Amino acid sequence: MTVPPAASRPALAPLRHVGVGESPRRRAQRLRERVISALLRACAFTGVAGLLLIMVFVFREALPVFLDPEVKKEASLSAFFATGMWQPVGDVPKYGIAPLLIGTLKVVVAAMVFAVPLGVMAAVFASEFAKPALREALKPVIEILAGIPSVVLGFFALIVLASWLQAVTGAVSRLNALNAGVALGLGIIPTVFTVSEDALRAVPRSYREASLALGASRWQTAWFVTLPAAGAGVMAGILLGLARAVGETMIVLMASGNAAIISGNIFDSVRTLSASIAAELAEVVFGGPHYSTLFFLGGLLFVMTFGINVVAGLFVERLRRQLGGA
Amino acid sequence: MRGSQLRTLKCSAVAALALLAVAGCTPRRAAPVTVKGSDTMVILGQRWAETYMAAHPGTIIQVTGGGSGTGIAALINGTTDICQSSRPIKEDENKQLVAKFGAPAHEVVVAKDGLAIYLHDSNLVQELDLAQLKAIYTGAVTNWKAVGGPDAPITVYGRENSSGTYEYFKEHILGGADFAATVQTLPGTAAVVNAVAQDPRGIGYGGAAYAKGVRYCAVKMDAATAGVQPTAENVNAGRYPISRALYFYLRTAPAGPIKEFVDYTLSAEGQKLVTEVGYFPAQ
Repeated sequence: MTVPPAASRPALAPLRHVGVGESPRRRAQRLRERVISALLRACAFTGVAGLLLIMVFVFREALPVFLDPEVKKEASLSAFFATGMWQPVGDVPKYGIAPLLIGTLKVVVAAMVFAVPLGVMAAVFASEFAKPALREALKPVIEILAGIPSVVLGFFALIVLASWLQAVTGAVSRLNALNAGVALGLGIIPTVFTVSEDALRAVPRSYREASLALGASRWQTAWFVTLPAAGAGVMAGILLGLARAVGETMIVLMASGNAAIISGNIFDSVRTLSASIAAELAEVVFGGPHYSTLFFLGGLLFVMTFGINVVAGLFVERLRRQLGGA
Repeated sequence: MRGSQLRTLKCSAVAALALLAVAGCTPRRAAPVTVKGSDTMVILGQRWAETYMAAHPGTIIQVTGGGSGTGIAALINGTTDICQSSRPIKEDENKQLVAKFGAPAHEVVVAKDGLAIYLHDSNLVQELDLAQLKAIYTGAVTNWKAVGGPDAPITVYGRENSSGTYEYFKEHILGGADFAATVQTLPGTAAVVNAVAQDPRGIGYGGAAYAKGVRYCAVKMDAATAGVQPTAENVNAGRYPISRALYFYLRTAPAGPIKEFVDYTLSAEGQKLVTEVGYFPAQ
């Protein structure tokens, strides 16, 4: 639309030509603009390049699991599911990844069950019910939670939270999936809250006004009108929280006990994919089966979080279109 | 005449000072002695480094942890001068060193460590023998009743498989058998101690230097012998069943500032620090 009509183009060209005689100041300015734009472009692509390089590196290091016959003797796709034991160090290493997958699932589900209702309801309160002053105070405070280093959250879970939860639940094992899940939930609440709150506030006033005018209460308006209207954005927040929960390392490493058990019990200790990588990678023989296996797990995590992020992006796009069209 | 002499003197003094400063600074900036490895030995290494640097302001010693294997890998990669290790170097690690530097690692025993078994303060169990420890850690025994305690499940804590302590325990107590899957592994001895301190049913293992808030369990060779506490006398006399040497590994026989530091750790003063930190002298 901003492209000038064809007829005006020839008129522009001579104008540009006059530019040869333009003041040095304007020329310097144009040059500066060009340099700045090139720098900004470089910044944008550094991130993308970093992501691509990491991806290539992780997958390349995991490749022996599929290709190298030496490595495949101990660690291959079939070996990963042939045993339910994760004992990679020993005379007969065992690379069963089932307990790690189950462990990750358990912790993530616990974290989501804890964090999603809290995060979303806090967002509904902040955007629909709180007085402006309270909302302005609430938001940064919840977002500070995101700034707490995860190792601190993990240590808190190891020392304090585990004892509280054990006193309440009577669990045999202090460090368990529930403990790790709640601690992890604290870590992802800010993500869920912030994105949901932004989505809710993006819902046009006219929606609320129409609902209230029809006689709905504030709660009915929030629950049946505003929240569904912001649904795609809230969903995006939940998914971003999920992606973080899957990849989060330090909290689960400290709080889960890291025992690689196959069990459905939420009160059993669990070992997650990310915690295994963090705990073991420092020690492994470079290029060996254990090393390649850990990179395979890293690739798995990468694919999972990447997929979740893509879906979250789709939801955000949908929200934008919905509200933009309204 | 006198004035210009004085000026010359002043100038040369300044020049000499500058040279001295440069000479004094260059080794300081260019060559800090790096020490890396066993998490068990980090505290000890740092105490040695602190006191040594206080007495030798020209030398900088950097001590980091990461685990014995991490330290040995760094030694092989040439990224550390001294590797602290809580286990002897493995044959294939020495092979890599020979391949890269033409000689196996130079080994120095700098201290001894009793691997303590931690129990919660309220635990009624006073002593365990090696067979009972093996049964607990391989999952054959899961209730305190079986080893003379109350009827309560045992929560078993251990170290990550990247730790030298893990390998030592696996080799010497479990005889190479696998740990039970239910063993909860924690990053670092401090975390193990913390977990056991909070858990009346817990048991853990780690260095004797760390036990704050937990109780040492007396350990017996077998059911017939008496329980032994991990004290200095017992470890030095070889009575305590779970003791090990703590090593420095170097690529070559030490020389220069590195040799001075290694000699210092073995001196009476250095070995006094070993005792202060909670380990046991090398001899």
